[in-house]
Amino acid sequence: MNINGLFAHSLTDLIRGIRQNKKNEQSYIAKEIADIRLELRRNDPDLKAQAIAKLTYLQMMGYDMSWASFHVVEVMSSPKFLYKGIGYLGAVQSFNQETDVLMLTTNLIKKDLASANASEIGIAINGLSHILTPDLARDLCADLVAMLNHSRPIVRKKVLLVLYKVFLKYPEGLRLSFSRMKDRLEDPDPSVVSAAVNVICELARRNPKNYLSLAPQLFKLLTTSSNNWMLIKIIKLFAALTPYEPRLTKKLLPPITTLIQTTPAMSLLYECIHTVIAGGMLATTGSGSNAESANMLAATCVTKLRTFLEDPDQNLKYIGLLALTKILPSHPHLVAEHKDIILKCIDDPDISIRMRTLDLIVGMANKKNLTEIVKRLISHLLPINENDVTTSSSLNNGAATAALMDPTYRADIIRRIIFICSQNSYANITNFEWYLAVLSDLTNIAGVNVGESLMQQFMDVGVRVKSARSYTVQLMMRLLADKKLTEPTRTEDSNSMVLLAAAWLTGEYCALLENPETALELLAQKSTAKLDPAIQATYLQTMLKIFAYWMNSLQYSWNEEARQSLVEMVDLLRDGIKDMFSRSPDLEVQERASNISVILDIIAEHVPRTPLKIANSISFAPTMPKPPAVLGSLYPLFFNQELNPVAPKAQKKVPVPEGLDLESWIHEPVPEQEPESSDDDDFLNERPSRWGEEAVSGKSKKKGKKGRDQEDTKESAEAKAKRKAERRERQKHDPYYIGGGGDSPKSQKKSQDDLDVDSIPIVQLSMDGFAKPIVATRHPCRVCGRGDA
Amino acid sequence: MPINYVLLVSRQGKTRLAKWFTTMSPKEKTKIIKDVTQLVLSRRTKMCNFLEYKDTKVIYRRYASLFFITGIDPNDNELLTLEIIHRYVEVLDRYFGNVCELDLIFNFHRAYFILDELLIAGEMQESSKKTVLRVITQQDAMEEEEAKEEAKK
Repeated sequence: MNINGLFAHSLTDLIRGIRQNKKNEQSYIAKEIADIRLELRRNDPDLKAQAIAKLTYLQMMGYDMSWASFHVVEVMSSPKFLYKGIGYLGAVQSFNQETDVLMLTTNLIKKDLASANASEIGIAINGLSHILTPDLARDLCADLVAMLNHSRPIVRKKVLLVLYKVFLKYPEGLRLSFSRMKDRLEDPDPSVVSAAVNVICELARRNPKNYLSLAPQLFKLLTTSSNNWMLIKIIKLFAALTPYEPRLTKKLLPPITTLIQTTPAMSLLYECIHTVIAGGMLATTGSGSNAESANMLAATCVTKLRTFLEDPDQNLKYIGLLALTKILPSHPHLVAEHKDIILKCIDDPDISIRMRTLDLIVGMANKKNLTEIVKRLISHLLPINENDVTTSSSLNNGAATAALMDPTYRADIIRRIIFICSQNSYANITNFEWYLAVLSDLTNIAGVNVGESLMQQFMDVGVRVKSARSYTVQLMMRLLADKKLTEPTRTEDSNSMVLLAAAWLTGEYCALLENPETALELLAQKSTAKLDPAIQATYLQTMLKIFAYWMNSLQYSWNEEARQSLVEMVDLLRDGIKDMFSRSPDLEVQERASNISVILDIIAEHVPRTPLKIANSISFAPTMPKPPAVLGSLYPLFFNQELNPVAPKAQKKVPVPEGLDLESWIHEPVPEQEPESSDDDDFLNERPSRWGEEAVSGKSKKKGKKGRDQEDTKESAEAKAKRKAERRERQKHDPYYIGGGGDSPKSQKKSQDDLDVDSIPIVQLSMDGFAKPIVATRHPCRVCGRGDA
Repeated sequence: MPINYVLLVSRQGKTRLAKWFTTMSPKEKTKIIKDVTQLVLSRRTKMCNFLEYKDTKVIYRRYASLFFITGIDPNDNELLTLEIIHRYVEVLDRYFGNVCELDLIFNFHRAYFILDELLIAGEMQESSKKTVLRVITQQDAMEEEEAKEEAKK
């Protein structure tokens, strides 16, 4: 570079200076910027250009240069080619859509575009492509289109590409110049053709229909050209077009198949496969031969993708997995054949590849491979416990474990495990006990807070699967006793929400508990007070349930021991609840706690505190006194009838009892006295079927109101009565007619309805006549144990 | 297939070249540079060259001590972008003759000019190395002529 200011630093000096002053970079640069400001005020074009060059470099490092935009334009207008280049570069780097001086550039760019020097034109066009605004686009569009016929292919090429940007900002221009652009497809210079294809491809992606007419030309290019770059673009373009033109599919299949089978270029191959999938050419519907060839094509694609997966190049593995994920919905069996190699990819140290494999596997899971997949995924989470990170030998291992400890990644894996297991209402799980064990393992090793999802899974499985309930309850007991959950050291990592599920399930199915007293003790321990209020509320409810059950069971073996343990338990619970929960800030917990403590007080009154007297009877067998009645009192509260999940369609399955006609009127409706008009009729005709058109009917209703007043006097009474009767007939069986959608018809009807309501006799309905609800598989509100509601 | 941006970053995280093909506020640009640099610099050698960042894809390749990073849309061909990056590096190599990072530091404007000849508005305009080099040498010749005239004055 031959720029020489007298005392100013040149660009090289600046760069060297920055490199030398690494320690005080900020102050050095601040000084330089002050110098630059001075230089810009001078009138010397050389100095100015140099200053702008320095400023651009600093901008790249992050320092703002928008204050110098006017000077940048000055430098842009310099006659010297190098300075012009520097000016445009500065403009490109620092201007944005709001820069005011852009208006000044319009004329400047126009002049440059008309220059004789192709390089100058090149620079101008280039700069233009970055700083385009709608105004600039509009002004310069005509010039640019004229330049499409320039003698130099370089210029033609650039103009084409910048026109794309122009059309983005100024869509009108497209319509005017579309034909000229099309002509460029026939251009003798291949690079111009390539540029034209590029532009058309991008435009077509936004609006495919307009470009279908170009399909024959593009097809010719596809079959004749050997320029891989252009081929890729054309194929991509066809992918966008085929959804709109199904016949294209048939025509395209042969050349694309040949390409897939013969090309050595990986990127072209990938693009073909991608188009084939995305363009829907693998659809197996349609005529027989079409489906067959589509299947063969799919098989070829999958084979090729397998070679990608086997290649040591990570990139190919990545896109292989990506493409397989796309093919999965339409040809799952083909993908399943390569399950072995896909599973190997899960263990890859590269996290991008692992994420892609996760996607793929989630789609592939079925009954047979589910256990294997879940085992693999869990083994990924294990290193956080087993491997000691500090002693890992190679860096690779360290990075891999670092990635594994990333909380979002772990949460993602866990969520996916839950997702594949719970798909289709657990269609894939053969052994629920295994699944419950998996869930509890996840609770232990998770390391992130996925408590909500785990809790839902536990409750779901516990309620739906009767056979696994005893195992579930045992598992829950273990969880309740687990100190890591009840006294977590870092609350954001712990999964204490599962305790909610544990408590609820234990309470609901306490009949399956081996040792209710231990459960009660666990629930009443001191650490409970620190848990989340929702969990505390469930705990309280559960305590009452288990206590009721246990107390009831004492009836059958009432003796001194039993009495003592009862007294102890009551005291324990009362104290526990009074201490911990009665003063809790959470309203729900407080309310439940006070309820329960009152109940416990009542029970405590009835529990005999003195040792039992054993009446000695003649037969020397000590007869036990009768247990106090209070023991069995709580039990019916919770356990009268098992609460089963109900299917959403269960109501429909209930058979209507004999003699009950749901269609007949309970009471004859009182004849209405409201006068009618034809407009009103029309309005009422429209209304029932289209609720969405309330606005429309609202308008006609207004008309109807006026019309009614006017036409009242004209209609005769009989005609009115006849119409009324007809209308009522129509509305009798209309499921949508609720009666009221406008202002005055509604208020009129309301007054009518009031009259009707008063005169209907009140009928007593009893529950005896109805059949018991059918047991089905949807379960009640799972949130906070209101199973008793 | 529009490329959204091209970044050249050294191993220490310094930006050597930043070309944006979409308009964004400077704050967004700095954020993207920071995040993407962090992601790319933490990758190991054997890993694949594709990353995901928010809802775009990031393609990168390491040449000696420089990382060439590009950002593309998610439904674009990644392998093609790698080819474009490679093309750029080949042209730089031919032009500077065994290019190294220092060449790019001290001649950053020329690096920009070369990139401009290769990509306009994010699209590839010229895939032939020879043509690109020819154009750049022509430009250089023009500069030399102008400088000679200046000196004569």
